[in-house]
Formats: sequence, C-alpha cells, structure tokens
Amino acid sequence: MTTNRRSFIKAAGSLTVMFSLEYTGLLASALTMNNLELPEVLRRNPSLSAWLQVLTNGSVRVFTGKVELGQGLCGAIAQVTAEELDLKADKVEVVIADTRRTPNEGFTGGSFSTENSVLSIRYAAAAARRELLDLAAAVLMAPAEELQMADGKVSFKSGGRSLSFFELLEGKKLKSEIRLPLQLKPKEQYRISGKSVHREDFKQMVVGAEMYIQDLRFPGMVHARTISPPSYDARLISLDEAGLNKVAPVLTVIKDGSFIAVICEDEYQTVKAQQHLSAQAKWSVSQKTTSAKSMPELLKSLTVITSKVKTASIVFPEEAKTIKAAYYKPYVMHGAIAPSCAVARYKDGLLEIWTHSQGAYPLRDTISSLVKIPTPQIHVTCIRGSGCYGHNGSDDAAAEAALIAVAFPGRHIRLQWSREQEHSWEPYGTAMYMELEAILAMDGRIAHFRNSVWSDAHYIRGNPGYLNLEGLRANPVVQKANPAGSGGYRNADLYYAVSNQTVTANFFNGPLRTSNLRSLGSYANLFAVESFMDELAAQAGIDPFDFRIMHLEDKRAIEVLERLKRTVITLPKEKNAAIGIAFSRYKNSAAYIAVAAQVKVHPSTFKITPVKLWAVVDVGEVISLDSVINQIEGGMIQATSWTLFEEVRFEQKTVNSRNWASYPIIRFNDIPEVEVEVISRPNEKLQGVGEIAMCVTPGAIANAINRACGKRIRNLPVGEQLKL
Amino acid sequence: MSNVVLNVNGQTHRLDIDPATPLLYVLRNQLYLNGPKFGCGMQQCGACMVLIDGKAQYSCTMPVSLAEKKLITTLEGLASTQGKLHPVQQSFLDEQAAQCGYCLNGMVISAVGLLNTSVHLDDAAIKKGMQRVLCRCGSQARVMRAIKRAIPTNKK
Repeated sequence: MTTNRRSFIKAAGSLTVMFSLEYTGLLASALTMNNLELPEVLRRNPSLSAWLQVLTNGSVRVFTGKVELGQGLCGAIAQVTAEELDLKADKVEVVIADTRRTPNEGFTGGSFSTENSVLSIRYAAAAARRELLDLAAAVLMAPAEELQMADGKVSFKSGGRSLSFFELLEGKKLKSEIRLPLQLKPKEQYRISGKSVHREDFKQMVVGAEMYIQDLRFPGMVHARTISPPSYDARLISLDEAGLNKVAPVLTVIKDGSFIAVICEDEYQTVKAQQHLSAQAKWSVSQKTTSAKSMPELLKSLTVITSKVKTASIVFPEEAKTIKAAYYKPYVMHGAIAPSCAVARYKDGLLEIWTHSQGAYPLRDTISSLVKIPTPQIHVTCIRGSGCYGHNGSDDAAAEAALIAVAFPGRHIRLQWSREQEHSWEPYGTAMYMELEAILAMDGRIAHFRNSVWSDAHYIRGNPGYLNLEGLRANPVVQKANPAGSGGYRNADLYYAVSNQTVTANFFNGPLRTSNLRSLGSYANLFAVESFMDELAAQAGIDPFDFRIMHLEDKRAIEVLERLKRTVITLPKEKNAAIGIAFSRYKNSAAYIAVAAQVKVHPSTFKITPVKLWAVVDVGEVISLDSVINQIEGGMIQATSWTLFEEVRFEQKTVNSRNWASYPIIRFNDIPEVEVEVISRPNEKLQGVGEIAMCVTPGAIANAINRACGKRIRNLPVGEQLKL
Repeated sequence: MSNVVLNVNGQTHRLDIDPATPLLYVLRNQLYLNGPKFGCGMQQCGACMVLIDGKAQYSCTMPVSLAEKKLITTLEGLASTQGKLHPVQQSFLDEQAAQCGYCLNGMVISAVGLLNTSVHLDDAAIKKGMQRVLCRCGSQARVMRAIKRAIPTNKK
C-alpha cells in the first residue's frame, strides 16, 4: 500500500494528493508552499537522517550545523521540531555543530541562524512526519488520513492501537530525502511555535550542571597556558627557562616563533608557570610615539580602498545650503565573560578539538592548513561557551590548543586564556567614522543625502592571517586581512524614502585587529543616521516621530514607530530627563525595530542615567516569543553599555584595555528598565532578532541626551564628555 | 603541598594540595563542581561567587588554605537534598533570567547572599548588592525581576 501510494505521488508530481492525507481543508495555503525553495543547506544535505533521529526513549534528536551562542537557538529548534511532529518540546534533543555528527552550515552569525537553520529543521521535521505516517499506514493497514500523531506515537484517530516512532522504524534510521513538495503544518494549527516556552537549558544552568566548554574534563587531561607578547608587533628575543621547575612541575614548554605555551598536570601550577615565563620572556618592543591626532583624524589619514555603495542619479548640488555632521564610534570589545578556552588531543594520527567557535567545519579547514593534518583526520566539536556576540578569541584558542596538542600528543590539553589575553588579543569591532550631509526641501523633506563611511574589516574569519597564531609563528608578521566587505556600510544608506542618496565606503587597514561584532557596521552607521535624522528634524521644525514617519513608505516600518509613539507620548515629563528615539530596518531588508530611550542628565554633575528603554519590534514570524523579548532586552542593555562607556584604549600596537577596570562595562547601578512589544506576523518570513537592538540604541540615547540638556553627542562613547 | 580540609555543600573533603591554590580551581578541578566559574581571576566580574558562611564571596583569588573551617556553599549546594530548588533558583527560572547563563552562578549566589543579609530590599539596594557581578548578555533587567520575585514579602 505504501509503495503504491508513494509511487503514485511520485508519478503525479503534485501536492494535492499528499495534502489529502491530512490537511484536506487547507489546500490553498499548501499550494503556495510548493513554490517555496528549500534552504540551500537542505539541497546540499537532503538525507533526512543527517538532520533527525528517533531515539529509543521516545525522544527525537535533531542535528544543526549551527551553534548555541546563548541566545536560545536550541530552544527555537526544539520548538519547531516539536510543532511539526506533535511532540513536547522537552522531547527534542538538539546537537550543535560537530564535524562528526552534523551537517556543515558554516558559521553561526549575522542573524541568519533563525532564518536558515530553523527553517531547515522545520522542513526536516515535516519530512520525518510524512515518513512516519507512511510507515504507520503500512503497518496498521489503514489510510493515513485515519491516523493521528501525538506524543511520539501514531495511532488511529478513533483510538485503539498505537505505535511509537521507534517501533515504527524498528531501530532503523529515517530514510527519506528532504525534497519539495513537502507539507508543513499550517500555522493556524500551531500550539508551541510562537509561544513563550521556557528554555530547557536554563534548568541545567541554574543547578550548575556541566554544559560549557570550560566544564569539559577528560581522564588524564592536562592544563596549558600561553605566554602572550606585550603588543601586536613584539617578537620573542629570548626566554630563560632556568628556574622554571622550582616554580612549578612543568611537563613541557612549547615554542614556535614568538608563540610560547606551557603545560602542567595541575591548572594552578600552569598559571604559576605562565606568570614566571611571562616575567622571563624578553621581547622586541616597537617604539611608542604619541600621536597628536584625534581618532577621527587618525582614521581619515589612513590609506583607503574606496567603494561606491550607492550613487544618486541627480548630482548632489554642491553649492546648496547643506546640513553636515560627522560621527565617530571607537573600537569596541566583544568582552565575553568567559575568556576563550579549548580542549584538544592528538592521538594515533587523529586530532580532536573541542571549541566554542561559531563554526566547526570552517575552523577545521583553517586548523588543517595550520598543523598540516588533512581534514579527515581532524574532528571539531562545538560546545557552548559564554555569550560571544561575534568573533572573539574562540578560534585563536582552538588553533593554539591544536598546535599544543600536536606538539604534546596523547593527552587531552585544556587551554584557558586569561582575562588579560581575551581583552588584549580578541579581534574588536572596528572604529568607524561617518560624514553625513543632507539638503532639506522647503516642505522639510530630505531632498539629497550623502554619507561617507570609514571602516576597517568586519569579517576576517578564514582569511590568511586571521589567527593571532599565524602572526606569532611567522617572521615577519603576516599582513592583516583585506578590510573591504559589506559589513562596513550596512545600514549606511537610508531606509527612508529619499531618492537621491550617495553612499561611499572607505576601507582602511587600521591599527587594531578587528572582526565581526554583533550588528557589524550597523551600530555605528545607525548611530550616525538616526542622530542625523533628529538633527534634520530639528532643522525642519518637525517632531522626530513625524519626521521619520513622513519619510517612510513601508507600512510595517510605520507601525513600529506609531506603536512606540503611543507608548511614550503619554508619559509625564520628568525633570532633567528626556526621551529620544531611533528606528531601523536591519540591513534595510530584515527585521524592524523602533526604540525610545529615557535618559536623565544631572544638572550639575552631568552624570547620565539611562532610566528606561522601550522597543517595538517586528521580526516577522515569531518562533519563541520570550527569546525574542530576551534578545531585545539584552541587546538594548549591551548597546547602552557600548554607547555610554566602551572604548578600547591603545597606543600604537599596544592595547591598554586589559581587564574590566581598564575597559569598564555596564554594572547594575546603571541598568535601565526595559520594555519590549513584539508585533507577531505569523505569515511573514521569520527574521533574525539577535542583532537588531544594538543599532538603534545609540541613536535613541544620543537623541535623548540632546533633548535633555542640549548637547549633541557625535563621538562615542558618551563617557565623561558632558562634563568638559 | 599540604593537607587542606574543606567543607563544601555539607561534605568534608581532605585534599593534598598547594595551599596557595585559589579556592575556585579546587572547587572545579578537585571537587568537579561546575557552578563557580572562571571569568577574570581578579575579583572584577563575580562569575566565581560562592557562599562562605552565608556571604557571597569571590573564590578566584582566595587561597584554599583560607577557606578551611568555613562552610562553603556552591550553586550545586543550594537545592534541598530532595532536589527542591532554592527560592532564588526557582525565581530565576520563572523569570527566565539568563541568556548564555555563564554569569548565572554569580547572579544566583550573590542574590542568595543578599537575601541572607536582608529581606527588605528596594531596587537601589538590590542594584548595590549585585554591583560586583557582570553580565555581558544584558540579562540584568531580568535578574532584577527574579530577585524581587524571590523576596519572601513580595510573594503573592
């Protein structure tokens, strides 16, 4: 029977037959799904068993090539799987990126995880549902439409005999290929997806269960530390190891160019050895010359690669009266609470690596060329670390652990970076400088807009020279990666309906190492654009809400602003406080967000207190409501920290921000209240939510400060500049 | 090396160890506990917090020899022996007060320490009491809600 029906479907090549199995009444919505294209990763990995397994205990195990960055991706994946298979969410186990177990989905980031991976898992679960129902129809000798699925079992709708998923498969793997046409559960029948489901991982976190890379313990594992140079360009001249064994029982010291590592059985003994060797190492140190240039002047003085991002069809009238403003954003740290860590073992020709990197497969390729071991002999397993918000020291630590493991084979090596190493050697979010210019028409509308952006790289992963290790081993230092890339001008052009826009990106190769940090260039660009919008609104004599709305044509964009306006307009005025706003459609093509910030400026000390932040977001379809709210709340708080306090300090090639005292971030005393409103649009494409709060928060805070005390913030961080 | 006797989560442990070893390393490496975490090793972030005689203290710099003859409680030791969560743990779950969760140990331990000293806490007192613990994900607003929920007089 199964065979017959399957071959029939195959021959018919039509969706309608399949839908008659279960969702006969919903043909219209089903037919549109026929046109949906499968995510690219599913077309590359169509085998269902690569994505989903049924376990003996009735649970389902799903495999994602993405990693959990602490933002709740695993929870969202469990929710969509449970939805399609009518399971409870806690019956879904999620395996993250592992070169032995999961498909290759590259890196996790850029808010693409929900967009692509969650969708892939949804299709995989739908394919599993179809296969399981087909099997049950055959075993129970009944048409599938008389069957139902619930709690990991298939049974007759009329009651009676039921078979578990495991019984149906008789211990075998699912064997379908994930191909269209494929019926997804109609969204109006959702029970779990879109709701606030409590995260399963929190239950383990709150009792201190083993779950982070730092918690990995293997029998016979030894501890490694590295000895870092004082600056990017320092080279090792000599290392006096005499007397080391009086300090700690050292197993070995590894040297490769200017890379130094030490291994002991015990972690604290390794730390003592590290401190001793750090004091003994002699480094060549570059001359420190003090530059009189301000950071914007310094950035503008660098050689650039210029790319025209957008060119207006009507030439900018140079002689006209223009409004100009320039903005600066400093180097900012990822600042993960856990310094990077990795475990590696090289044994019998096999190199195993455990990492909190954002991608198992790409990292394997990099390490393969670094240690000259072919990829089939390298296994990379991603384990969660603390929140990373982009490319931090994770890949560096993994590569260093791999190098150490190859030099000291046989045992598991655990490498833990120090706080100082994470602060001074992670790749930062780049400093940026933006020059904006506009001409207003008589009616207050923006007639012409011009933006020139200066930026270093926002993405270096996989490029030659992207790891610290490459620079340390080589002599001379490996050149920094080419800085050009779209991240620098993300959101540098206006989403507002302004037809004459010219945007130019100037990419420099700056003094510090940089890579992707949450929202890339959007944070700086929207700080500039949304501050500038308020400056223009003031010139035009129009309310900031109205000024933005009159420049928008997209109804979803207008709705987030109008809802935000309704929330904050009725609030009573507070003394020395004001509210500022900002809006963005992330990447000018993804999720919508409008944020209001209420800021208090003390009249004599000029101390700034962020009182409250409100957000209205439209991320299309919502999978996990509370995770969306959590991301927005957290994003607004993190961005408040960046905006008010954060700046990597350095001289030449030496980073001076080396711990939480020299690079302070927000603490409880400055935490604002936060409130988030989510507009649910189940039939719109789901969009990533992890980065969108970052880019609107600085503009909202700067605009609030301006309204509270008249001072226009053009350079970040806000810091102490009001006191000057 | 010397003999050190520790009382952790109600159990006595005799260890032969370098007495200068920070308590954090001993808890994690010798006693296999995961609650207290390494974040900075310099009393700046609070990831390593443990309760020492009921007070939240950094474990990353305290030599293990100074922790003798004290009652040490880690995140693992907060729940009852029957597995019932401490009210602070439960309120953190109820408020979903975490993101990556790496700072959660410092948050929960500090909140328990704070509630041990006083149950009359307004927002300013909670913020002051939690000032030592950093969170990079920005979960502090949820942590505030969770702590307020755990205050006995706030129970509905």
